Amino acid sequence: MLTNDKPLRILLADDDEDDRTFFSEAIAELKMTNQLTLFNDGKDLMEYLNDPESDLPHILFLDLNMPYKNGLDCLKEIRANPRFKNVSVAIYSTSSSEKDIEDTFIEGANIYIKKPNNFSELKRVIKEVVHMNWQFHTSGLNKETFFFSI
Amino acid sequence: MKLYINYDGIVACRVILQETLERLNIKYQLLDLGEIEISDDVTEETFAELQATLDRYSIHIVNNQKSQLIQKIKDTIVEMVYEKDKMPNTTISHYLSEKLNFSYGHLANIFSENTFTSIENFIIIQKVERAKKLIIEEELTLTEISYKLNYSSVAYLSSQFKKVTGLTPSTFKRIVDKRRRLTNN
Repeated sequence: MLTNDKPLRILLADDDEDDRTFFSEAIAELKMTNQLTLFNDGKDLMEYLNDPESDLPHILFLDLNMPYKNGLDCLKEIRANPRFKNVSVAIYSTSSSEKDIEDTFIEGANIYIKKPNNFSELKRVIKEVVHMNWQFHTSGLNKETFFFSI
Repeated sequence: MKLYINYDGIVACRVILQETLERLNIKYQLLDLGEIEISDDVTEETFAELQATLDRYSIHIVNNQKSQLIQKIKDTIVEMVYEKDKMPNTTISHYLSEKLNFSYGHLANIFSENTFTSIENFIIIQKVERAKKLIIEEELTLTEISYKLNYSSVAYLSSQFKKVTGLTPSTFKRIVDKRRRLTNN
């Protein structure tokens, strides 16, 4: 069982520096012990994930629009590799179109977050996502049907 | 001669667990991230041997009373939600305190201090999990599912489903179907 003394490993890949800063600040306010690693683009992220020495995250936040390799391509690569089957993927996007949401779930995302436009809303959303994901990791829930759109 | 090796700690750990449990003839199921379900008929002697063997690999069984009680609360809720024909009508607080012999206040505090959710919310998540399974199986209508899970109406089931997943039951079903088609191709 995951306990409080084992940190929750979180990754974020986002090319926007401000977004990375706001995200880190929101994560810092979580009560849950955590370890956050940041990436500026999808290429760096996939290099890290594909290194067998890397610690796999419990949850990965993935921006859709990134240079070199975009979020959807990362998502497809991740879902094609069984080594990552326990990694929850949270898509972090500015789009709130129903179609974009459905498409990312079909490609294997677990969580879809419409980027909030103020900091207090961001904190609330991140907290809810991390706590919901925690239930799926600690209570034997079926990850194949884990979808959470917020 | 110097060898270079490359290994996956998670896989190695799973193999150690599998081999140890099989050697000790314990019926088991490996769940996610450090959880194993083992059958209840394991003798104290075998359990001690299991603990001793795993200790050699620095694998420790989490064994404190608090986490055991939390596990019991979860198990009791899951058992109740997955009741074959219909969930019992008794109030949850009454049901839990009777089964586990603690006041509901005590159970609720210990649970929310350690799981980042409340008992009430955990029950909602579990009910929605069961609803997902029933929706995918396609044997029951939404009306029948809401009756089985003690929702007063389909509208109430749909609104709780939406709260937990952000999706309506029909969007959920469509996503599961399309995803299956995609992975089967």
